[in-house]
Order: sequence, then C-alpha cells, then structure tokens
Amino acid sequence: MAWQWFHRLGSPRWFYEKTTPWLPWLATLSIALIVTAAVWGLAFAPADFKQGNSYRIIYIHVPAAFLALAGYYIMAISGAVGLIWKMKLPFMVMKSAAPIGALLTFVSLVTGSIWGKPTWGTWWEWDARITSMLILFFLYLGMIALQQAFQHRDTADKASAVLALVGMVNIPIIYKSVDWWNTLHQPATIKFTSKSSIDPSMLYPLLTMVIGFYVFYALVLLLNTRVEILRRENRTQWVNDLISTTNKRA
Amino acid sequence: MHPLRKQRLMIVIFIVVFSSVAVGLMAYALRENINLFYPPSKIAAGDVPHNTRIRAGGCVKPGSVQRASDSLEIRFLITDGISDVKVNFNGILPDLFAEGEAAVINGIVTESGEINASEVLAKHDENYTPPEVAEAMKDKGEHQKTCEGLKYGA
Repeated sequence: MAWQWFHRLGSPRWFYEKTTPWLPWLATLSIALIVTAAVWGLAFAPADFKQGNSYRIIYIHVPAAFLALAGYYIMAISGAVGLIWKMKLPFMVMKSAAPIGALLTFVSLVTGSIWGKPTWGTWWEWDARITSMLILFFLYLGMIALQQAFQHRDTADKASAVLALVGMVNIPIIYKSVDWWNTLHQPATIKFTSKSSIDPSMLYPLLTMVIGFYVFYALVLLLNTRVEILRRENRTQWVNDLISTTNKRA
Repeated sequence: MHPLRKQRLMIVIFIVVFSSVAVGLMAYALRENINLFYPPSKIAAGDVPHNTRIRAGGCVKPGSVQRASDSLEIRFLITDGISDVKVNFNGILPDLFAEGEAAVINGIVTESGEINASEVLAKHDENYTPPEVAEAMKDKGEHQKTCEGLKYGA
C-alpha cells in the first residue's frame, strides 16, 4: 500500500492530471513570496554597516545559488530513479530540470560577479567556490547537450542520468569549498547548526526569498515536465483527447 | 525489491561512490593548487617561491597602514596571527580594504621577503550587520575581532 503512490508515478498521465490544479496555487504563492521578499529586502531591510546597499544583491544571489545546487540533486535523483525502476516520468523530470538549473547557476554567477566588483575589487577570481560553480554550469549545459546528442530517447536518458550522477560529487565540493580551501569567497552566512552571522532584520526577507524561489522552482519544473510529457506521449489517446478538447474550447 | 532493480541500484551507487572517490583523490592531490592564496606564515617560512607571481592572503594588521602623502603608494602588513609580511602597493584599493579586514594580494615576493603587489582585493567576511547594531556592539567592544580570530590553514 505504501508504495502505491510511487508506482502511480510510473504513469505520466496520472501525474499530468494530478498536477493541473496545483499550478495556480504554486504560481500565486511564488509571486506573493518573491514580491514580498523583494520589497522587504530591498526597501525595508537595513543597509550593511560595511558594504552599504550593495549587499542587497544577496536577495537574488543566495536563493539562486541554493536552488542551483538543490536542483542538481533533484535532477540526479530523478535520473537514478529512472535508471533503477525504468520509469518514463523521472527521466522527463530530469530533462526538464537541466535548463532551469543552468539558468539559476548562470544567475548566481552573474550576480556574484556584479557583487564582487564593488566589494572584492574584481569581477572574477579563480577561487575554489567560483570555479566549482562554473563547473556546475558546464555540467548543466552538458546535460542539455547530451539530451540532444542521441537519436534514441532511451539512450539519451540513460547517458544523461549517468552524467548527472557523476556530476553529483561537485555539489558537496561547491558547498564546502569555502571551508576546505583558502578562497576569496566568504564562508557560509546561513548556518544550519549554529547561529547565522546575519542580523535577523536582514535574514527574514532572505529566508522568505529562498522559500519563494523553492516554490517558483517547483512551478517551473512542473510546467517544463508537463510540456515534456505531452511531447513524449503525443501518440497516446489521452493526449490527443486533451488536445481536441482544448481546441474545441478555443 | 526486485533483484534486477537491486542490481541496478548497486550500479547507481557504484557510479556515485566511484566518481566521488576519484574526484576526492584528485582534490586531495591538488589541494595546494586549489588554495587561492598563501598565508603569511608560509611566506615568512620561505615556502613560497621568490620572484614569481603569487597570491597572499591575510588580515591587514591594525595600525600598520602607511600611505604616501603625494601618491597612491601604500605599505601595510598582512598577518595570520603567526607571522607578518610587508606589502608594498601602488594603485587603487577596493572600498572594503581596511585595517583589521582580510585582503588577498597578487604580487611578487622579493628576496627580502616583502610582497610587491600588483593587485589588492578585499576579502570580506560572512557577517551582515545593520549600522545601528554595529555601532552598539562597538561600544561594548565585542565586535571587530581583529586578526587574531582569523585562521588561514597555516
């Protein structure tokens, strides 16, 4: 009984129909959280006593970097589930997660660079954190490229799942790079085991933004996966029925 | 679990463990090269090659900054709590460069053990504090832990 929900995930149709009512809720929630956090963080949170207002880019930089890392785990674990259980849906999730992750990594690299110029005095430095983040970006791009590189869907899925699994080792390296090596990038501010080294008045909008990014990520991943489901299942009866009813309504 | 799935699970675990060990060994072998900078104690001990471009990182020792009155020339000491190294620089410093703050210096170590810097970067810390809170903490003398608190894996 406990495994029933898991086996249902083997059915893209079940997943597609189940998630349809979630979309407006996720969209509303993510917009509400992100707008609240942006106004709170940019207008109401105090300036930093050393960096002044330039630190406010943290409200984009940190959530984007968090989701770039978490998104990689989502992608790699979906790939592993697809490999082990030979289900269709996890491979679709894996494929859909790659471009979102690439974009988030790109955003965190660019915002980090823009932040680096006024604080460190340089746009780019080849330190462990920044370089490993760049490797993550290339891993995501590699996933996208590998998906396109094979004629057969199955081969492409298997090959990119293996790439996702191999690349997973990079995630703890990115996370711990600032502790293991001398880097220009500062160590983590938000700590899970001890008190965060950021004032609560700045921390709460940041956490709100992080949750907002998580919800937004879930929404975009769902939308991407649903498109992928329709694309891969376009020969099935239920997709054709869905398209004809949608056309009739339009 | 179905035996075939169990076998595939083992393959997945093998891929993850094998790639982690491979990358871990590589990172361990290259650990000196992955470090962005040398701490001052290594430079003072002579572990750093002279007359080639290197990076040094440490805390700018409070009270050590000397500025020339007629040029951009600046001299200061960086420290990791064990040794101090003298830095000469002629150029524009980042805004966050200050005494008691960490800095990363790109330059050449001379025979006398000083660094002629071509670039100075500020390495800011992970603390974010509103000005009022920082002001209140300064009065109590709790904030601004200077270079003694810093570790650079010397």
